Amino acid sequence: MIDGILSVAWIVTQIMLVVGPLLLGVAYATWAERKIIGAMQLRQGPMTVGPYGLLQPIADGAKLFLKETVIPSGANRGIFLLAPMITFVLSLIAWAVIPFDYGMVISDINVGVLYLFAVSSLGVYGIVMAGWASNSRYAFLGALRSSAQMISYEIAIGLIIIAVLISAGSLNLTEIVLAQSGNGFWYVFPHLPMAVVFMAAILAETNRHPFDLPEDEASLVTGYNVEYSSMAFALFFLGEYANMILMSGIFATLFLGGWLAPFEMAPFTWLPGPVWFILKICLVLFVFFWARATLPRYRYDQLMRLGWKVFLPFSLLWVVLTSGFMVAFDLLPA
Amino acid sequence: MTVALFVFYLLAGVCIAAAVMVVSARNPVHSVLFLILAFFNAAGMFVLAGAEFLAMVLVVVYVGAVAVLFLFVVMMLDIDLTAMREGFLKFLPVGALIGLVLLVELFLVFGTLSVGTAAPIAAAVPVPEGMSNTEALGGVLYTEYFFAFQLAGIILLVAIIGAITLTLRDRGPVKRQDIGRQVHRERPAAVQLRKVDSGKGIG
Repeated sequence: MIDGILSVAWIVTQIMLVVGPLLLGVAYATWAERKIIGAMQLRQGPMTVGPYGLLQPIADGAKLFLKETVIPSGANRGIFLLAPMITFVLSLIAWAVIPFDYGMVISDINVGVLYLFAVSSLGVYGIVMAGWASNSRYAFLGALRSSAQMISYEIAIGLIIIAVLISAGSLNLTEIVLAQSGNGFWYVFPHLPMAVVFMAAILAETNRHPFDLPEDEASLVTGYNVEYSSMAFALFFLGEYANMILMSGIFATLFLGGWLAPFEMAPFTWLPGPVWFILKICLVLFVFFWARATLPRYRYDQLMRLGWKVFLPFSLLWVVLTSGFMVAFDLLPA
Repeated sequence: MTVALFVFYLLAGVCIAAAVMVVSARNPVHSVLFLILAFFNAAGMFVLAGAEFLAMVLVVVYVGAVAVLFLFVVMMLDIDLTAMREGFLKFLPVGALIGLVLLVELFLVFGTLSVGTAAPIAAAVPVPEGMSNTEALGGVLYTEYFFAFQLAGIILLVAIIGAITLTLRDRGPVKRQDIGRQVHRERPAAVQLRKVDSGKGIG
């Protein structure tokens, strides 16, 4: 009995150790985004609240927390309130299988990659439910766009994951990272075209620029979350940024060698694994912000064309190429 | 009562309750959401039975793709609820019959309804020692049942072609975007510098 309680307490502690820093990371990702985009556009970004505007995310959070939650009269109450919770929870539960260092993972399951893929494919529900329950045309259009877009790009993501799996020979994330060890032979090098496609696909999957048509403010106001206010909106916002960090983590795990140092030698191995992992996440996050500052928004038909007619055949071809290469040179992991 | 058994009854109970709600909910969108809940509980039971690969595939395929399309269609259609209620009693005997047949089949498969004990579950999912069930499934699928697997693929291909033929129609002359042509368009073909005399315009 005592053992049972202790193991539950240990699991809860582990979850807190992941979720706490993650939420802090989300808060400062918004700050970093505004600073980076500001620098790219020769502005300062947030600078008045605290030194270098460092307290700005806290102020924003407090503002959202203190506002009134408005539920539209025509809304479907239960689903309207359920949708932001689903979005937020889904963006957190995926972290259970992400390894921060060798053995430093909440749940080291055999089908880790499939679990991540499953959770990311569920993300669409929060958005669709929000759009439908709001009983508003803009929100509904945003939700429809979002679900079509996420389903389209998930297929490309799935095929890219298959290419990586063939190289690593395992569905376990720790083993995928270990398969990339040894003098920087990360999968970003042999799978470079897939890394580029994966980057674009995760931009679309998280509804970020240049694929942020679900919240296209010029034509849809802000899309699926237009009727949300206060903490309900904050949950969507947190979920979106937590998803970005999660996708960056998946990118780092699959292509950038997770917690591994670039070279297995002196100055690089001084930093512990989790620090390398976080640095890699920051690198991918920077690409998210960079894309937002630089690229114009796609038109919707162009977005669909890119997903179905370019990424899908290309990643399918890459799966065939990878497996052919592995078989021809007898490299398949036992 | 062990924890695993408790979790099993919880998942099974919620699964059956959600399945009942799928057919009895007044709002079709709620029905689809309850269907998703039922899928999730089924996936949880797969995990309990040690079939984690099937559990994940169930979530990816059914919840992540099929149910999204259900939800999509149900939300887009404005379904008349009273019309749906009218057919309920008419189709009830047929539905009950199908349910009964399924139940009898389950009885025949398992002998008894002792799903809660470990033996039938172990019989249903024989995982070889020292092998994850992804490996076991892959081994069986790509060696013993290779041709059946290929055949399933071909049937799916036929279904895809059928779906495309049914929906493809000639819409007459459509102005199509040719991305390759747009990208390869050079400046001289698009822009012309002309000297315009004032008051005359380009003749």
